[in-house]
Amino acid sequence: MWRERSAYAFLAPGLIVFSVFTVFALLFAFYLTFREWNILEPEKPFVGLENYRDMVQDEDFRRSIINTAYFTGASVPLGMAIGLGVALLLNQPIRGRGLLRTLYFLPTVTPFVVSAIVWKWLYNGDFGLFNFYLLKTHLISEPLVWLSNKNLAMPAVVLMSVWASVGFSMVVYLAALQAVPEQLYESARLDGAGPWARFRYVTLPMLAPSTLFLAVMGIIGSFQVFTQIYVMTGGGPVNRTTTMVYYIYEAAFKFYDMGYASTLAYGLFVLLLVFTAFQLRLYRKADL
Amino acid sequence: MSQSTATRTRPPAPPPPASPGSRRPVWPRRLWLATCYAILVPGAILFVAPFAWLVSASFQHMGDIFSWPPQWIPKNPTLDGYRGFFGIGEAGEHAQGSEGAWRWFLNSAFVATSVTVLQLFFNALAAYTFAKRRFPGRDIIFLLFLATMMVPPQVTLIPNYLVLKHIPFFGGNDALGNGGHGWLDSYWGLILPGAVSAFGIFLLRQYMMSIPDELLDAARIDGAGEFRVFWRVVLPLCTPALAATAIFTFTYAWEDFLWPLIVISSSDKFTAPLGLALFVVKNRTSWNLLMAGSVVATLPMIVAFLVFQRRFIQGISMSGLKG
Repeated sequence: MWRERSAYAFLAPGLIVFSVFTVFALLFAFYLTFREWNILEPEKPFVGLENYRDMVQDEDFRRSIINTAYFTGASVPLGMAIGLGVALLLNQPIRGRGLLRTLYFLPTVTPFVVSAIVWKWLYNGDFGLFNFYLLKTHLISEPLVWLSNKNLAMPAVVLMSVWASVGFSMVVYLAALQAVPEQLYESARLDGAGPWARFRYVTLPMLAPSTLFLAVMGIIGSFQVFTQIYVMTGGGPVNRTTTMVYYIYEAAFKFYDMGYASTLAYGLFVLLLVFTAFQLRLYRKADL
Repeated sequence: MSQSTATRTRPPAPPPPASPGSRRPVWPRRLWLATCYAILVPGAILFVAPFAWLVSASFQHMGDIFSWPPQWIPKNPTLDGYRGFFGIGEAGEHAQGSEGAWRWFLNSAFVATSVTVLQLFFNALAAYTFAKRRFPGRDIIFLLFLATMMVPPQVTLIPNYLVLKHIPFFGGNDALGNGGHGWLDSYWGLILPGAVSAFGIFLLRQYMMSIPDELLDAARIDGAGEFRVFWRVVLPLCTPALAATAIFTFTYAWEDFLWPLIVISSSDKFTAPLGLALFVVKNRTSWNLLMAGSVVATLPMIVAFLVFQRRFIQGISMSGLKG
């Protein structure tokens, strides 16, 4: 009997923190979505479904969804593909593997804020290294203002994020590659499979769980992109890099509209759930 | 087909060939390795370049950072950036608004360490209970924990901000939690919401499932109480998993940006990322100080990675295969 009770005692600290900051917070956020809740105003009137109606009609929110989709669609596959390429090459019996692996992984251990600061400088229109080398090689004829150009700002942020994420996919893929049993390649070779066939029919299927893991984690992570945007562009130019989380942040902590911001946050949550479920299903089908 | 079956059923596993490629001609193989290097080495240089430039710029004078062409090796190396950032000596007096920047690093270290220690302890306690104890409601509570792994932190961001604001008896609040700022702008607010992680509990639980029950029962028969069993038997057996999660928790807490940005408002409680980011926004001109600060903020991460490299990568693949 005492032993049973002690089990609850063991769980207590976790349960308390968890009930307050997750369970209660979720319910409270839901409650907020039905209110106009400005922390500066004493009145917090009940507004029914108005926040939801606003969300559906909000042009800027739609823009932020498009931006987030753009960011995700570009940065996740690119980061994974480059990571896979590097992992395949590093899986060869070459000298200096450890050093090369460390070098590719460095950006991943660099704090995100620092990466964003450095890249903001690299993209600088007057003194940035990008412009310098592109001008020098005559790829461009006049300096570009990367982060203030409507069409270049998002690709610039994507490039920086890919740089920061390749190390992670590389390490996951390397671990998976090293777990592929050598006999599988051996037997494929005996069956007459060339290098491409071995890659296509042995390596890729064996990497599928890692690919799914990276895709799910990558999409969840990039739906929540914030730091780069805050440091590098501040959502600009003309909202071209305002992502969903950045938009939620502005609604809550610039305009203090906690009710509407919570509604947007729930919108993000639902989108993420749908996406992840869809992905898992797609994966399960492909597996058959 | 028959051939491959034959290979697979060949009695005891054959010793791996000394060099898998030795049967094939040597030259294509060399060519292939040369190609590997030809792609990997320039790639690595590109990957490290932004980083190398950061380190180089942190040792340059303000004017040299803006020089065109850029200097990869500082012509007049200086520590002014570092001095200015930490407000030491003459260079420090000219720097605006960065007094106490050293505090940001202490704050980060304090917060990240506290979060890591609390999380390890609370996560392990919960994980042990879920893995090895039997009590009514266990599976339902565990499922609840698991389900919340799906919740993006942004959904709980706003309510948690309001919760912190209304914690009773703190930050000038009355018993009902009104009147002051509660746990906002305090270390409590930075640390406590991160004191437990569903993902950490899940990973540790998976690991603890593999500990044989007989071991625990033996300790119980020897008269050990539940906490003693946990502390003396289970925890030591979990060292690899604990180490891996500790590294992640620490780096995550060290790098975290959005939460400190919302919770903290006074500069003596800034964490390093928050301080640096706001430095960019407010102090646009002092790039040399900023570069120096960025190097200092990155250093602990790189040292930690180099020291714990193996565990780091183990941890990633552990979460990768089981997550």
